[in-house]
This record gives sequence, C-alpha cells and structure tokens, in this order.
Amino acid sequence: MISLKINNIPVYVEEGTTLLEAARSIGIKVPTLCHLKGISELGACRVCVVEVKGMNSLVAACEYPAREGMEVFTNTPRVLNSRKTTIELILSDHRKDCLSCERNTNCELQRLSHKYDCDSHRFAGAQREFVYDDSTDYLIRDNSKCILCRRCIAVCKRQQGVGVIGANERGFATHVACPFDMELAHTPCVGCGQCINVCPTGALQEKEEITRVQEALANPGKYVVVGYAPSVRAALAETFDMPVGTNCQGRINTALRYLGFDKVFDVNCSADFTIMEEAHELVSRIRNGGTLPMFTSCCPGWINHIQKNFPELLPNLSSCKSPQQMFGALIKHVFGKIEGIDPRDLFVVTVMPCTAKKGEKHRTFTDGFADVDAVITTRELSSLCKENGILLNELPDSEPDRPFGEYSGAGMIFGATGGVMEAALRTAVTILEPDARLAPLEFTEVRGLNGVKSAGYTVDGKQIKVAVVNGLNNVNAICEAVKRGESDYQFIEVMTCPGGCVMGGGQPIRATIVKHKAEIAAARANVLYAADKSMYTRRSHNNASLAKIYADHIGEPCGEQAHKLLHTHYQALPKYIKQ
Amino acid sequence: MKGSTLPFDGTPEQETKLRQKLNELKSTPGALMPAMQYAQELYGYLPYEVQCIIAEELDVTLSEVYGVATFYSQFSLYPKGKYKIGICLGTACYVNGSQNVYDKLQQLLGITSGECTDDRLFSLDATRCVGCCGMAPVMTVNDDVYGRIKPEDVEAILAKYRERG
Repeated sequence: MISLKINNIPVYVEEGTTLLEAARSIGIKVPTLCHLKGISELGACRVCVVEVKGMNSLVAACEYPAREGMEVFTNTPRVLNSRKTTIELILSDHRKDCLSCERNTNCELQRLSHKYDCDSHRFAGAQREFVYDDSTDYLIRDNSKCILCRRCIAVCKRQQGVGVIGANERGFATHVACPFDMELAHTPCVGCGQCINVCPTGALQEKEEITRVQEALANPGKYVVVGYAPSVRAALAETFDMPVGTNCQGRINTALRYLGFDKVFDVNCSADFTIMEEAHELVSRIRNGGTLPMFTSCCPGWINHIQKNFPELLPNLSSCKSPQQMFGALIKHVFGKIEGIDPRDLFVVTVMPCTAKKGEKHRTFTDGFADVDAVITTRELSSLCKENGILLNELPDSEPDRPFGEYSGAGMIFGATGGVMEAALRTAVTILEPDARLAPLEFTEVRGLNGVKSAGYTVDGKQIKVAVVNGLNNVNAICEAVKRGESDYQFIEVMTCPGGCVMGGGQPIRATIVKHKAEIAAARANVLYAADKSMYTRRSHNNASLAKIYADHIGEPCGEQAHKLLHTHYQALPKYIKQ
Repeated sequence: MKGSTLPFDGTPEQETKLRQKLNELKSTPGALMPAMQYAQELYGYLPYEVQCIIAEELDVTLSEVYGVATFYSQFSLYPKGKYKIGICLGTACYVNGSQNVYDKLQQLLGITSGECTDDRLFSLDATRCVGCCGMAPVMTVNDDVYGRIKPEDVEAILAKYRERG
C-alpha cells in the first residue's frame, strides 16, 4: 500500500493506482475528457491536471501514478485556471452550434465548459479546415466538433481490432481521419459505431434516417410497417430517465402506434425464423459433412469484417440473412401476400441498436425489392418520440400485432452475447437428440461478458463444441485458427460489439458508459434473459405463428422457398479502395 | 485521397528487398520508424502501395503507418523529380521576394511544395535557409544554385532543364 495526501486528506491506495483513481477513492472527482479506462489512457486533453507539491508543472491525473508521501492538490487556483484555459482553447476552433447539435445536453465538453465557467469566444484565433465524411450509409464524422481526444481511434483499434482511423499530420493540422484521408466507405470499417458511443462531443453520429421515416408515415400511399430489435426494449427507457435495465417493450409498441405506423411487429419473431434456418443449416452441415465450424451471420459488422479480412472463411458463414433482413423479406413477400398489399406500397422500417444495420438494409433484395427501406437506431427512435411529444414513461403497455409480433424467448435473447448461440442450440439439439425430452432448455455456459466463451455438449452420443465471441478484437485469433484447420468447434457465434447488441453503436450514449460499461451491459442483457425466463414459449420452433407461416407460405426450413426469402450469399471485398 | 496520384512504378526486386528487410525488423520493438526510413530510401517516397506492404508485414494498421508518415517531415508521400527544385523561404530570401518566385514556380509547374510533376521531371520544396543569404533570394535545382532570382527568370531556367530531359 502507498500512503499519500490529496487536498491534505490521507489516502491509502495500491501501487500502480493513478492519481485520478486515488482521488475518486475518497470521493473527489477530477474531470476527464479524453480518458477511457483500459482503452485510451493518453493524458492528451490535459483537463485532469492536478498540482503535486515539489513539482514544477501540473501533471495529468489520469495517467500519473500515486507515489509514497506525495502531496496532491486537485483544486488550487492554478489547477482550476489551467483547466479553464485548456477548455477555452479546445473551444476556440470548435464549431459551436450547440443549440442544434445532436449531443446538446449530452455533451462532455459542454458539461465541462459550463462547470468551469468558460468563455467560448476567448481565443477567437485560427480555424482548422475540417474533414467532413459522410461517405458511408451509417456514420458521419464532422471534425469541426472533434477535440482530438482520440477515444474513437483507441476503441476502433484496441477494442475492435479494426483500426481504420488515426491521427494524421501534426501540430495544428492534426486531425482524426482514415489513412491517406480516404473516405471511410473505402476502408475496412465494419460500421459498428462504437466510436460514436465514446465520442465526448457531436463529432461522430449515425447517419439519420428519421426524415425518410417521417416522409413515409406522411405518405398516404405507403403502408408503413415497423419492427424493433430485442436490444431496443432493453435500453430505450434510459433516454426517458428510467433506470438502466428497464424493459419498455409494451410502451414501445404503444409509442410506435402513436407515431402512426400501420403495423407494429417485433424482430424477435424474425429472430425465431433465423434460428429455424440457422439450426437446420447447422444440423445439415453436421450430418452431411458440410463446412465446419459454421459462423453465425446475424451481425452486419462481423459480415463486413469477414468479407474484407477473411474471405477464405466465407464458406464457413451461415447463409442465413440476419433477423432484420428476414423481417423485411417476410413483410414484403408473406405479410404483403396475406394482406393483399403490393410490395411496392410497403415501407419497412426497423429500429436497431446498431449502426451497421443501416449499411445492411440494402445488402439483400428479394424479387427486386430491397428487404428493408429504413433503419433507425434506438437513439433515433428516442428523438422521434421526443419530437412528437410522446412521453414514453407515461404510456400504457400494448402488444405487438400478429402474426409477426409473436415470438419465443429464444428470439428475445438474440441481443446479448451468447444469445444467438443459446437460441440456436435450443432448436438444433432438439432436432439432433432422438429423445427430445433430453434436450436442455438453458445453455448458461455461453452467457456472460467474457470476450471468448466456449462450451461442449454431448448430443445423441456425439460431442458438439461451440464458441461465442464478442468484441471484434477477439475474433481474429479464432479466424486464424480456423484458417489453419486447428479449430475443433462446430459452431461459432460472433457479435462485433463487446456485450453484444445491447451495447451496440446505436444505443443511448451515456457518459457513464466510460466507467460502468460492464454493469450497463449486464443490466441490459438481464432485461432480455428475464423476459425469456418469463415466457411460456422459449424455443423458436415452438412459436405457433412461425409454424403456421412455414406451413402456409414457406414449406420446409432451408427448403426452396426458404432459400429465396431467408438466405443470401456473401462475397469477398477489398480491404481498402484506392481512389 | 491524399498522396501521389502518379502510377506506382515499384519493381518486384524492390518489393522483395523491402519484405526481406521488414522480416528482419519484425521482431524488434519500435520497428516502424527504421522500416519506413528503409522504404523511403528504397523507393524515394512512401506511396500507398509501399505503406500497405509495411502495415501487412509488421502487422500494424495502415492508419498507424500513415500517421507516422505524416507526422515526421523526413517522410514524403510524393516522389522526388529528376530535378529537385528548392526555393528558400528563409528570412533573408523571403524579405527579398522569394515568395513571388515560389508562387511563379507553383503556377508554372502546377504543383505545390512536397509534390512532383506528372512527368516526374520536377519536384518542388519550399526550404529553410540554404546558407547563402548574400545571394537572396535563392533557388536551387539539384546542385545548381541560382541567386538574386526574379519571378521572370523562372521560365527560362525550367526550360533549360526540360531541354536536357
């Protein structure tokens, strides 16, 4: 243990503790702007400076280690003045359109500026020329609001193992961008949006599709159908000041009706279809000597990654469309047929916890129609509700419409890491096990927040080995092992975001996510597991609406019609495109 | 996209040499800087294709390589021409009007400092003091030094080197 004094208060901490953590341990919060524990610890922004007795210059508390006998002061006039000047310098070439900024009232720079009583126009000096990148379908980088904290760079490289952005040039010309200042669309960016969730300001945002949704809703010629992903119900409530871990699915159904959608369905239902197809595909590969291990294909970030980085593993990828794309295809070609509505007149909207889903919407077409027309994130649904004066916290619950609103608990848990695996096993093991009564219902080994989880099950006397990976940085080693033929898994689930979709790049932005990531991930996942547990139907193949739709419109899982509607194929893509 | 728009003309021999060197360097910590210095010596500059090879062999991202390449002024994204023109923007030359000469050079060559013409004949660099302030303003072409130069002299000087080819 080390003993030191912070503001004359004795503090005892373990060796290796930073001054930031030491101060926090006695209830003193030193402000930070660039710090992202465990991921980005650069001391770049200088907002966390503190004074140490005997040292000439101020030190960055976020990276400076506590030492025996140290006397630290966190609130001297010199410290406070330095912080204020630093923030004012950051503000000097920051585009200050705060009133209309997406991050207004949820901006870390704004909060600090207010806290330190800053004059945002004190240094009205030179302005940088800014990069504005809107080349992708899912993300906008507006460097006029970038404060060069480098959190996005760190998350992209160290958490996700993607690394398509960096700090280019030096001095006043320094800016965050892709190599050679390429457009993001020409790089192996996977679209996960984790950079958005850690950006302290409005420099990174999803590409909004609210406008297109509103236009469709206002168009009397369009029949507008909406479905929302499992994870949306686990997080939307947070944006209406309800506690983390509040399930608001009943209110979402009501809110979507208030917004004017003609039908409110649930993507949990198409997740059940995904499991029917994926489980049958897995069983067929195991029985017929197909390519193994099979990778899941629900996560568009992962699809982008494998297409650009591991094209030789594309035969291992399940040919199933994602639940979102299956939802669109089912609405336009099955629901449309049932209701007698031309696919041309149907407008399919999905609400997703994910930015990569925006890029995925035009990935698959069925009979010439894009499966999905517009994708909005959980954040955008929150904005849409607020703009329309819908007070989510005061709404009554309601049920989704039928038939694409009926789902099993297996569809529900899709949003958490391990959820797709567990859902698939619930069905696959039932098919493989001659005595279905022996098939277990819960596969708890694949749950939890570890980056890589593996488990083995004996089914019909044979061993099935599975792995679950979340956080894209963890997937490369597994892919390399599969490439070398050294992997003995039969089935591998991959989710790009650490924690799975509940922690997706389209989920509510919380400054506290920086410190309490694991707790938030666990609370959101718990919403889904608790909902699953409370349900009578917990296996996808027991979903009655699904069984009827297969019988009336699709035929066998993995059959001809199923392939047309619910499957796709993937191509290798170049990593970088030189223009 | 930033960087040279000239077609990459690296030879297979150069690539073999580079990959060999990168393999030697791979296991040493801090290999990126020496690797990039070697590559720049080999190719004369660091085009996209070369940076991709460095990233691949050293298992770092292209972003990291590019970040380093644009941080240090010793690295160039553009090749040097057969005739390397330097125009001094140091104090003595500047007060004697070297900016006007520099502007004229940019206008005639269609390139700016650090770049190279498409025919790879001329490259242009705005330099600091070259050490002969008495002759200000000074322009250099490879080892030839031109002193007390005026914007109207530039065209004839360029023509001389063009004739030599």
